[in-house]
Amino acid sequence: MEEPISFTLNGRKTELRTDPNQTLIWVLRNQLGLTGTKWGCGTGFCGACTVLINFEPVRSCQVPVSDIAGKTVITIEGLEKKGKLHPVQQAFVDHDALQCGFCTPGMILTAVALLKKNPSPTRMEIIEGLDENLCRCTAHVRIVEAVIDAANEMKGGK
Amino acid sequence: MKKREEKTTRQSGTTTVSGMKRRSFVKLLGGGIFIFFQPWNVLDLLALPQQQQRRSLTRDYNAFLHIAEDGTISCYTGKIEMGQGIITSLAMMMADELNVPFEKVKMVMGDTELCPYDAGTWGSQSTQTFGPAMRAAAAEAKAVLLDMASSQLGVPVSRLEVKDGIVADSSDPKKSVSYASLAKGKKLEKYLDVKPGSEEYTKFTNVGKPYKRVDSIEKVTGRAKYTGDLKIPGMVFARILRPPSHGAKMKSVDVSGAEKISGVQVVRDGDLIAVISENKDKADEAIVKIKAEYDFIEMAVNDKTVFDWMVKAESRSNVAREGGDLEAGKKQSDRIFESEYHDPYVAHAAIETHTALAQMENGKMNIWASTQSPFGLQDAIVNELKMTRETVRVRTPFLGGGFGGKAAYQQGVEAARLAKLTGKPVMLVWTRDEEFFYDTFHTANVIRVNSGIDKLGMITFWDYHVWFAGTRGSETIYDVPNFRTTSYSENRSAFQVHPFGTGPWRAPNNNSNTFAREVQIDIMASAAGIDPLDFRLKNLKDEKMIACLKSVADKFGYKPARTPGNRGIGIACGHDAGTWVAEIAEVKVDTSTGKVQVVRIAASQDMGQCVNPEGALIQMEGCISMALGYTLSEEVHFEGGNILDRGFDTYQIPKLSWLPRIDCVILDRMDKPPKGGGEPAIIAVGAAVANAIYDATGARLYRTPMTPERVLEAIKKI
Repeated sequence: MEEPISFTLNGRKTELRTDPNQTLIWVLRNQLGLTGTKWGCGTGFCGACTVLINFEPVRSCQVPVSDIAGKTVITIEGLEKKGKLHPVQQAFVDHDALQCGFCTPGMILTAVALLKKNPSPTRMEIIEGLDENLCRCTAHVRIVEAVIDAANEMKGGK
Repeated sequence: MKKREEKTTRQSGTTTVSGMKRRSFVKLLGGGIFIFFQPWNVLDLLALPQQQQRRSLTRDYNAFLHIAEDGTISCYTGKIEMGQGIITSLAMMMADELNVPFEKVKMVMGDTELCPYDAGTWGSQSTQTFGPAMRAAAAEAKAVLLDMASSQLGVPVSRLEVKDGIVADSSDPKKSVSYASLAKGKKLEKYLDVKPGSEEYTKFTNVGKPYKRVDSIEKVTGRAKYTGDLKIPGMVFARILRPPSHGAKMKSVDVSGAEKISGVQVVRDGDLIAVISENKDKADEAIVKIKAEYDFIEMAVNDKTVFDWMVKAESRSNVAREGGDLEAGKKQSDRIFESEYHDPYVAHAAIETHTALAQMENGKMNIWASTQSPFGLQDAIVNELKMTRETVRVRTPFLGGGFGGKAAYQQGVEAARLAKLTGKPVMLVWTRDEEFFYDTFHTANVIRVNSGIDKLGMITFWDYHVWFAGTRGSETIYDVPNFRTTSYSENRSAFQVHPFGTGPWRAPNNNSNTFAREVQIDIMASAAGIDPLDFRLKNLKDEKMIACLKSVADKFGYKPARTPGNRGIGIACGHDAGTWVAEIAEVKVDTSTGKVQVVRIAASQDMGQCVNPEGALIQMEGCISMALGYTLSEEVHFEGGNILDRGFDTYQIPKLSWLPRIDCVILDRMDKPPKGGGEPAIIAVGAAVANAIYDATGARLYRTPMTPERVLEAIKKI
């Protein structure tokens, strides 16, 4: 019962034959080899599987792949441009804003979406924006600092 | 003590060689120079869980350094990286000792075939026991290389200098040779009796300087591979049928519903019933179609009755330490305080669930697993599947968090069984539900303290009883003349206390012992009308503890006051893994809802030589933020063998919005040996917050987590 589906993935037109009922996360991870999108709970609570659909952060474990037909999907693999890290990625590196790194892709994508909507967030707005992404190693202090820095960098740089 | 001796005897009789024989490593890795060394001492080994003790450490070595023909320095160790950062700190130590660029050093970790045996990665041991041994091995390697360079260049060793992996004549720098060319075409093996503490710390170029993680680029780009990210041709995803509660026995099962789903195969082998599919969603869909009925033999205990249950349980008691005369101490007391402290079961809840990939190929079982104990998993598979160690290889990609929970490795055994049964590579990713159900929780416990003070506020006696939390962190630490610590532990042949698995959780049970001790101290300080910092300093002789307390008070800008003082400031201190730590918390309590917001935490720690200040600071911040969970919200609810919290919907771990301001101090102790850094700062947060709540409201909390309901209840009792 596979069906064709087309969408834009990390800037590229993508066509795929797949079971339309599969969840997006497993199509990304298992069929497309994009394993940067992490599976943490399968119920939408942890945020490790966050991807951007039309620039909105979405829990990919909660979305059937049929939902993304004709849409734009960005995963963590799509942030780097010509070998250069996205400013949010770079800020996470600069601040050591990670430990085990398992929540990191979802955390970074959520932050990227936040900064797109609100390029000058306050500290509280950053915390609110990322509050539903769980990090058990609790790199919390550094995550907030990294996003503040990335926001400044992006305003100055672009 | 008698027990220990017996174990030692049993061990010295064993001569098993771990995983692969030394010769095989050398063969596998080709040319170069090998330095074999032994980082463990026997006492560390005796502290291991019994199951792990069955395999004795080999007497000749259990880690080694390899200087390859291209000059790359590799350290092969059975330890694993789970976010704690030893992949960086261990490489720093080695680069220093060998005078090579940091980038030239590679850590090869947690592969049972390439790495020599290691019991497991826990207990903040990697840097403190492994580090110095590795440093000595690197020094030995350097000596060997200098000898070789000396004969090749015709220059005495005393005149040689090493910089960036190049050995040169100090009086004629043109005469030089690189480590790479020295290692070229060689096959040299050296053995080392470790004599740690080689290089003067003032000469370190890497150690003591802050280094960023070496794995962060991989992790921010999604390139870092965790077990679940691996894929082998023909790989299937498995889901296993689970009982609804611990102790449930299956009566009947009907798998026909699952069999009807296309692309799904049902696998049965005795107690193991699973579905496999190349399509993960199909496996998820199929497993819930299996209908099973169970008999329930439940234990009559739940999260509310467990504390009573524990005290009444038939347990083994053991006096861990005692001195002076408790009765005499009571007589000298002006006031006596008796308190009981409760602490619930707590989950590890790493964001990556237990995951394993197993592949049976040509009689060999290859396993990739998220585990803190690759060699433990190897042995478990050897036993379960009746295989030999040579035919089971465990590898550990990056771990998505461990915290002690991944010292357990049930998922690896399950994946191996399924791979053997089906002949297919099997990926098993535990669901969040399974992760909670089979977690080896931090154990619930009860602590009773009876203590007294004299008219001057000096502690007269300390009678401490701890049920099921063990004695880690139960030291009195204060200078008390009359004391006794009695520990009650499970006597499984007489009475099973826990309805489910328990195991080490970051700084195992030190959180509980530090909570009880430091709240009790606060109670006495308040009753004596003495500022809680002064009270502690007055009753302490431990220089390290005093230094940490003074330094944290300074960092916080602490002003002495009697409690309660409507400020919301609380202090606690203790030690863990050889590291001393003191913390001050500031809280805001909403007295209408009972909600506590931790506004600020300052911490000061003496961890001996701090190898990577950046890494150590991250671990402190992580400990403090993670501690907010056991302090304010984390508790596993259960009814008999049924775990009621099975996800992040009801089991709440710390979120970004809980984040207090955190100020950390690491005391400069570069001339001392390094101690543990991954756990200590977590131990004192619970008590510091409890004491801060008391200071703010006058309400005394005797149990964690301090949920809004419990805070309200305590406020009502004032």
